[in-house]
Amino acid sequence: MKDKLQAIKEEAMKQIQESDALDKLNDVRVAFLGKKGELTAVLKSMKDVAPEERPLVGQLVNETRASIEKFLDETKKNLEAKAREEQLAKEVIDVTLPAKKNNVGHRHPNTIALEEVERIFIGMGYEVVEGPEIEYDLYNFEKLNIPANHPAKDEQDTFYINKDIVLRTQTSPVQARVMEQGKLPIRMLAPGRVFRADEVDATHSPSFNQIEGLVIDKNITLADLKGTLEEFAKELFGTETKTKFRPHHFPFTEPSAEMDVSCFKCGGKGCRFCKGSGWIEILGCGMVHPHVLEMCGIDPEQYTGFAFGVGLERITLLKYEIDDMRLLYENDIRFLKQF
Amino acid sequence: MNTSLSWIKAYVPELSCTAQEYTDAMTLSGTKVEGFVKQDADLEKIVVGQIESIEPHPDATKLVVCQVNVGTETVQIVTGAPNVKPGESGQKVVVVLDGGKVAGGHDGKMTPGGIQIKKGKLRGVESSGMMCSIEELGSSRELYPEAPEEGIYIFPEDAEVQVGEDAIHALGLDDVIFEYEITSNRVDCYSVLGIAREAAATFGKEFVPPIVTKTGNDEDANDYVKVTVKDPDLCTRYCARVVKNIKIGPSPKWMQRRLASNGIRPINNIVDITNYVMEEYGQPMHAYDYDTIAGHEIIVRRAEKDEKFVTLDGQERTMDENVLMICDGEKAVGIAGIMGGENSMITDQVKTMLFEAACFDGTNIRLSSKRVGLRTDASGKFEKGLDPNNAQAAIDRACQLVEELGAGEVVGGMVDIYTKKKEPVRVPFEPEKINALLGTEIPAEQMLGYFRKIDLEYDAKTNEVIAPTFRHDLFRTADLAEEVARFYGYDNIPTTLPTGEATTGKLSYKLRIEEIARNIAEFCGFSQGMTYSFESPKVFDKLLLAPDAPERQAITISNPLGEDFSIMRTISLNGMLTSLAFNYNHRNKNVRLYELGNIYIPKELPLKELPDERMQFTLGMYGEGDFFHMKGVVEEFFEKVGMRKKTQYDPKAGKPFLHPGRQANIIYDGQIVGYLGEIHPQVADNYGIGEKVYVAVLDMPYIVEAATFDRKYNGIARFPAVTRDLSMVVPKEILAGQIEAMIEQRGGKILESYQLFDIYEGAQIKPGYKSMAYSVVFRAKDKTLEEAEITAAMKKILNGLQSMGIELRQ
Repeated sequence: MKDKLQAIKEEAMKQIQESDALDKLNDVRVAFLGKKGELTAVLKSMKDVAPEERPLVGQLVNETRASIEKFLDETKKNLEAKAREEQLAKEVIDVTLPAKKNNVGHRHPNTIALEEVERIFIGMGYEVVEGPEIEYDLYNFEKLNIPANHPAKDEQDTFYINKDIVLRTQTSPVQARVMEQGKLPIRMLAPGRVFRADEVDATHSPSFNQIEGLVIDKNITLADLKGTLEEFAKELFGTETKTKFRPHHFPFTEPSAEMDVSCFKCGGKGCRFCKGSGWIEILGCGMVHPHVLEMCGIDPEQYTGFAFGVGLERITLLKYEIDDMRLLYENDIRFLKQF
Repeated sequence: MNTSLSWIKAYVPELSCTAQEYTDAMTLSGTKVEGFVKQDADLEKIVVGQIESIEPHPDATKLVVCQVNVGTETVQIVTGAPNVKPGESGQKVVVVLDGGKVAGGHDGKMTPGGIQIKKGKLRGVESSGMMCSIEELGSSRELYPEAPEEGIYIFPEDAEVQVGEDAIHALGLDDVIFEYEITSNRVDCYSVLGIAREAAATFGKEFVPPIVTKTGNDEDANDYVKVTVKDPDLCTRYCARVVKNIKIGPSPKWMQRRLASNGIRPINNIVDITNYVMEEYGQPMHAYDYDTIAGHEIIVRRAEKDEKFVTLDGQERTMDENVLMICDGEKAVGIAGIMGGENSMITDQVKTMLFEAACFDGTNIRLSSKRVGLRTDASGKFEKGLDPNNAQAAIDRACQLVEELGAGEVVGGMVDIYTKKKEPVRVPFEPEKINALLGTEIPAEQMLGYFRKIDLEYDAKTNEVIAPTFRHDLFRTADLAEEVARFYGYDNIPTTLPTGEATTGKLSYKLRIEEIARNIAEFCGFSQGMTYSFESPKVFDKLLLAPDAPERQAITISNPLGEDFSIMRTISLNGMLTSLAFNYNHRNKNVRLYELGNIYIPKELPLKELPDERMQFTLGMYGEGDFFHMKGVVEEFFEKVGMRKKTQYDPKAGKPFLHPGRQANIIYDGQIVGYLGEIHPQVADNYGIGEKVYVAVLDMPYIVEAATFDRKYNGIARFPAVTRDLSMVVPKEILAGQIEAMIEQRGGKILESYQLFDIYEGAQIKPGYKSMAYSVVFRAKDKTLEEAEITAAMKKILNGLQSMGIELRQ
């Protein structure tokens, strides 16, 4: 019996050794360990073994089985690893072949620039709001301290629908509308389309976008205006950016200023981009005129505020070095795909 | 506005700075210098020379050989100038020495960087340097009328110039011309004196304006002329003075130079004086020939409708009743503030003249100037709104110059019609409020110091700052704060961030939905375009819209840039199709664009209240993809904004610009929220697009209303689903949507989903029918479905379908 088991074991080991594929290995398993396998047959013949010898023989059978199984498993693992390797070797691809893209569309550079500006001011607690593009003269001019017959209202600048309704020339009327609602304090950003009677050329368009900002609260100062816009410029153009405020005049702010930023191309040394000055004019701003506050029902003795207006296209053209404004409205896919 | 540095220095004698320093400092104190031109930038080694002799050139008839004394030596110069001839001598000329530079050619063309002049031979004769024409010096006869039409510049005999001295200085070309951007609130700075006052304050130097002394003889101008102002609203002040025994002649060189540096051509002493004072004081003046003034009477009145008048440029112009006229006893003699008349203009024969310095309503002048179609230097100044108190100062200054220049005998006294005197504005001085507004701690005394520098007085008794009448931008504390800020220096104001109550930064709900629209469009391959809000009324025909189509009810711009930009769009497709056509014409393949932009729907026309501005989400494409791709984008978007109900599509959209068999209204929750389809081939032709174009337009106000960011977890099914296939022969006219509606209606609670997996028309299917196959999925949330339940549900569906004339295939 013992010899028989030994012979079975050796035969099994030999056959396992010779198996070079997983299916062959499985055949070996069935041949020896399966229901009709040789070892199983030995077990079945236990009934012929003397009862006193049965434990011993049983142990022997189990040992034989265990060693066969162990060797089977090991071999199986090796064969599996080998098969996996072969498969991987077959599956090698040329990773430099072209990509299969989803052809995701591209956002308009104006929108990308706007979103960047919005992100900066939302972070500072500003709410982004909108107002009508066709606007009453009252909001576009009068409530902004631009009374009838002011040269800024001149027909050559403003598109009129009739004497009371215009295409807004600025996003500032949104200021007046928000102030009138009387919910204070105000921190708002109003982006949107505006219209001026300029013929289309490389630097002009009769329709473009502005971003208006407004803060109204107690104790707002010109220093706050400077601080806020300096922060904005650094966020938008880089932390190295310097700002310069120059006195200016706008009817709806007093004092008023224009802000220049140090040229982000040359860092302020002067280049073709900044026409040698080292500075680039970027926006107009000022402290909200007390008369504007009064007209919108806010007490200028209690509240002060600042406002600023940025030309979106100006930022877009500067940031992406676009040399012709017309490109923004032609929607040439070769242009749009670059953003 | 331009000024030369030398003219500013005339009133700020201590001013000493480079052109760049001046530019920077003035800009930072609020007088923005746009740029400057150094007139002598390209002029080097140019001196006054004197011709000692002129000989003919041995080999060239058109050239002469000159010996010219240039101070240190005598040089030989060959020239072809026609105004020097053999035998002459003694002329003082402008000589550029060997190695020097001139600005351009004698044809007046400038060469950037200048032209270097070197010693050389002209037709074999040595020539060292060059005698210059005024054009070669970068100027013109306009500004140097004594220069010859052709030839070199020869100093007039009475010119006080020394041989060998710097000719550029002698000609006054060693100046810097600054160009300013003056803001509309600072009318006073449209004058040399106004800018000089700012310069003095900016640099902390003394401001020395001209001292105007009393002028005139013992007579009284009031005995010469009577003035009546019929419209004192439009003419707040009228000053007139009289000059007799006029001696017309050239004005002195210094005056000519200053006018020239401001771009004004010198003409004669009287004209030059009026122009000079206009530049100096910012007050336009006019001179009439006194002897042409009928009745020696001036009447200021409105023109009559269609009144004709010949201005001094010889043009006949037509007035209306809003235009203010200057008239004599019989006729009009000038358009107030714009231009005088031919009938009263000063000629060389003038004996006595009437000087006018008036103050007209700025708005009226601006509008009149537009009506008449004539804009002049004078009207440009008047339309900004002048200070009536300046009129007298200016006319007295002009008379002083007449006396100084010996141009005539000034009659004493002045006719002055000034009914409502303009008084200075008094503003309470509140330094603490100024500091609170600026965020500074500037001492009150320092503020008063700034005010004094710009002629703002302080009344200590009333604690008020008195703004001079030439400053009509100072009314309240905020205005004074700006004066403080600009002289304290905007740069010196600290930078802080606003404190106070915190606010939440956010996008409005509408903008959040638009952001999702952009994301979905881009994920689906569409790039964002932007098009104009105004377009041509011709687009309606291009889009095949019926003559009575509601889209034709568009808002018209009363002063458009042209017909192509004359109406506010009522439909977003023209912009999209124009952009697609642009791409098509540039051979771009597979183009997908989207736009988010408003259309403008008037409530009534003509417009009485603001129109309904409706944001349109417009998608357009040609190339790869079809109707159903477009439909997919719409549904992806709806899903993303929480519009989970079944979207319906009604093929009877009735859009003339879309293919009649390939269009649909998009219906959500019973509401038409947009449409999609293939562009009608005729419309595609109209836009010149040679491919199938698909569009979808969503009306965002409806979307914003239907959208929601609320989401609730529904659980994931734990019991198995059962799928049944439905194979049908369907009458052709029945739409998938109708079948699906029936499945939904009859499927009951256990219906989970359904999916069309086959559609076929053609052989094997009888004519007029199509074969369609759906798989229908049933599932219960709480149990495994039993066969009987499924069979019952299917039976209901089948009965419903059969009632529609659909046959089942076994």
